[in-house]
Amino acid sequence: MLLVVPLLLFVGVTFLAPLGMMLLRSVHDPVVADALPETLGVLAEWDGEGLPPEAAYETIARELTRAREERTLGQVAGRVNRVESGMRSLFTRTARGLPEVTERPWREVMVELDEAWGQPAVWNAVRATGQRFTARHYLNAVDMQRLPDGSVARQPEERRIYLSLMWRTLWVSGAITVLCLLLGYPIAHLIAHSPPRRANLLLLLVLVPFWTSLLVRTTAWIVLLQTQGVLNDILVAIGLIGDDGRLTMIYNMTGTIVAMTHVLLPFMVLPLYSVMRAIPPRYMDAAASLGATPTQAFRRVYWPQTLPGVGAGSLLVFILAIGYYITPALVGGSSGQLISNMVAYHMQTSLNWGLAGALGGIMLAGVFVLYVLYDRLVGIERLSLS
Amino acid sequence: MSILNSTGGTRQVPVPVGRYAYLTFCALVFLFLVAPILVIVPLSFNAEPYFTFTEGMLRFDAEAYSLRWYREIVENEEWRRSLVNSLTIGISATVLATVLGTLAALGLANAHMPARRLVTGLLISPMVTPVIIAAAGMFFFYSSIGLGQTHLGLILAHTALGIPFVVITVTATLAGFDNNLTRAAASLGAGPVRTFRKVQLPLIAPGVLSGGLFAFATSFDEVVVVLFMAGVEQRTIPRQMWAGIREQISPAILAVATFLIGFAVLLLFAVEWLRRRNGSAPSRR
Amino acid sequence: MTRRRELRVRHSGLPGLAALLAIVCAGALQGAYAQSLTTVSWGGSYGRAVNEGINIPFTAETGIRINVEDYNGGLAQIRAQVDVGNIHWDVVDLEIADAVRGCDEGLLELIDVASMPPGADGTPAEDDFTPDSRTECGVGAVYWSTVYAYNSENIPGEKPATMADFFDLDRFPVRRAMRRVPQVNLEFALIADGVPLDEVYAVLDTPEGLNRAFRKLETIKDEVIWWEAGAQPPQMLADGEVVMSTAYNGRIFNAQVLENQPFVIVWDGQLLDVGQIGIVAGTPRLEAALEYVAFASRAEQQAAVGRRISYSPTRRSGAPLVTTHVETGVDMAPHLPASPGNVDRALRYDWQWWVDNQDELNERFSAWLAR
Repeated sequence: MLLVVPLLLFVGVTFLAPLGMMLLRSVHDPVVADALPETLGVLAEWDGEGLPPEAAYETIARELTRAREERTLGQVAGRVNRVESGMRSLFTRTARGLPEVTERPWREVMVELDEAWGQPAVWNAVRATGQRFTARHYLNAVDMQRLPDGSVARQPEERRIYLSLMWRTLWVSGAITVLCLLLGYPIAHLIAHSPPRRANLLLLLVLVPFWTSLLVRTTAWIVLLQTQGVLNDILVAIGLIGDDGRLTMIYNMTGTIVAMTHVLLPFMVLPLYSVMRAIPPRYMDAAASLGATPTQAFRRVYWPQTLPGVGAGSLLVFILAIGYYITPALVGGSSGQLISNMVAYHMQTSLNWGLAGALGGIMLAGVFVLYVLYDRLVGIERLSLS
Repeated sequence: MSILNSTGGTRQVPVPVGRYAYLTFCALVFLFLVAPILVIVPLSFNAEPYFTFTEGMLRFDAEAYSLRWYREIVENEEWRRSLVNSLTIGISATVLATVLGTLAALGLANAHMPARRLVTGLLISPMVTPVIIAAAGMFFFYSSIGLGQTHLGLILAHTALGIPFVVITVTATLAGFDNNLTRAAASLGAGPVRTFRKVQLPLIAPGVLSGGLFAFATSFDEVVVVLFMAGVEQRTIPRQMWAGIREQISPAILAVATFLIGFAVLLLFAVEWLRRRNGSAPSRR
Repeated sequence: MTRRRELRVRHSGLPGLAALLAIVCAGALQGAYAQSLTTVSWGGSYGRAVNEGINIPFTAETGIRINVEDYNGGLAQIRAQVDVGNIHWDVVDLEIADAVRGCDEGLLELIDVASMPPGADGTPAEDDFTPDSRTECGVGAVYWSTVYAYNSENIPGEKPATMADFFDLDRFPVRRAMRRVPQVNLEFALIADGVPLDEVYAVLDTPEGLNRAFRKLETIKDEVIWWEAGAQPPQMLADGEVVMSTAYNGRIFNAQVLENQPFVIVWDGQLLDVGQIGIVAGTPRLEAALEYVAFASRAEQQAAVGRRISYSPTRRSGAPLVTTHVETGVDMAPHLPASPGNVDRALRYDWQWWVDNQDELNERFSAWLAR
């Protein structure tokens, strides 16, 4: 038993802790709270209607200047910008233009710098991002938002993208699973009921792609499918399409589905194969001798026995498809992107790490449910590798 | 021999049409599986910077083929460095994952192991967790403990990703292991360490090695974590390929791909060979 | 028996493993002892020009090793590094709007232009750099431009000649490529929609104008492939993946002269811009980074880059040094964006406008793309 401890600790530190950190980020963000503590203190008293008191202007002017000096202004401005767009440039511009001291009321000075300071929206945004713990990112991830009055509402039409992206990811993963099943079932059957030598040879045809680098396989599909690629060349050469009628098969959803089906097919074939191999041929013989047609025999005798393999393969393919990133990123163009690509976008480009964490959290929850389901149906320790 | 023969249906009612349709379909699926990989190999010898077969290549004109892309990658310092990185990271992660994973699998095989299901679930979770989420979390976590952009950070990350494979294969091997052997060894006065070395290890060695190969293949092919965590100094072969595919596909990528295909075939044969040696292991199922 | 032998083999492997781990640790520490600097540039043929014109001579002169990393613009990677406090980039070749925003946000070090070396003719640096190429945290690198180009072999009949043609699906029903960012594309869309050059930014500054630009982009969206790296457009044009594409003018030039590609640049509506070199705030290698920036901004070095790719120096004293293309001897002048004939219908990039609007438009643009 103690033998398990080192690994458990290792996985805990190197893998589970990072996941935890990611999830923590989806609900916890202290940047604004740390940078503008006094302003937030003043705003706590404010009712959210009209403009906050002069004290708020005075403290935020001081705290913005300090943030600029401490080089944290960019982070603060970036956070507030996520709630109310335009805030990043407002903050940086304001901090650049603020005088050190002034005789006039700060409100006047700041509104003069930018009239946005004369509107409650800025202040609501500051107050919203000032919470250390927030459900904002999860709301955002399901296309909802919290209004200044505290109520929850749907995002405006043009900002609703995540739910539809989640649906897209689910149906694409589903389609890929079905495709893998349709393509994988017959060949698993063929391999399982071939004589050993031929079976081994055929199995190699499944295992070679399985072991080949994912990037190599994705490259292969680019080579095959692009407009000037091998497949189009063949179609033109045999006269099926004209040279100007070349098909667009990549950098869109088609590319994503084709390449991912190829990548995931072995994960379907291998569990199916191992289940089918265990089915004795005499069952089918018995069915036939009792007068069943091959179709009947297949439907009533063979198919039910392969269901564990169908379930294992389908779940595995589906789980893996949901989390796929590389293949859609390389061959998906803009229409073939999945939810993982959005997580990557918020991690690397928009730097909305809280939202990336929330989208990741939702994905994790989904995968967790499927994982438990897999455990119940198949048993995780029986995850078949080949 | 095919489906209908073995199902017995054809003996009375031969339906060759259905059978041929079925065989053709299977042939097409196999083609779908291997053709993309096979297409890459000849194209990597293209003398022109294109991704498609030139007329010369189709005529088997010797002039149309060349090793220029292979020369290019061999002479390129970045590719050389990435190979070194891939090997150091891959081998170190494999060693770590194999040692820790084997120990854990032995522990899990113990009949008195509490919460076995939960523990197994945790240990295998890196395999099914969407790697983008793991990579994102690792980026924050490893940066915060000063291991961002280091080889060590990547080694630890890849070890975590490789562990499930070791745990699964070794567990599978152990499931076919007769515990009476250890008991016999113990009754003959062997200590636990000695029992492990003399009795268990020789029997599970093939499982351990193939788990290690899986772990190595995982690290060697991993790109998402590398994308998030590696600086220029830690770039691996897949990272280098990623940049190549995203930015400028030159047939040099195909040369690397061909090399990786050869490598995959080698790994595959190694694992298959180990599996044969370990005939009783249920991982064959 | 064989089993036992195998066991022994595995045993003898242990010291080997220890040695291997030692090597790995040594490798992990490798970065620490050699004085090196990570410079970030735009890859492809521009990256090569910078490497040959600046990096190699810099290493020869100072002994400081340069690691080159490629990126495709934007502040995200710098923000991420500063945010998590793990800085591994030192010097970055930036778009000017990013240099200004990065400066405001504290992502870049301040650079005093007066500390830069004097011009080739001895002019002090502050007078030698053109005024529009100087910002608080950046030193001017090169003048460059975004244009669109087409592969003349793949357009049989009438050739496109104006920005409007790029957006004309009826006359040119072909696939085209554009950079996957809002900037430049929105300007191009308005120019194509008939907005006079000097009113483009005034129109963009209104909500209706922005909508108009997006609507214009929408008309060709289905036929557009989005590129990120500057090396992609010449590649896609050569492969025939697209027939026309927006591109950095120098990339097209290099494909023309070095690979004899039948590409034609349409200068109509080109967007003139200036690049900046900046230093990531908080880099532990600040001194070496400053040394690099000073070296890179020498007139001779700027010209060395300009003789390898058709971008012109930001130093007045550097301009006359750009004579012919180093490898082919082609006269550079006709290929520079600011040359007469090319510059007739050019728009100057209003980086100030983009400083204020970039984040918002990045967001809107990516949402628009995802739909």
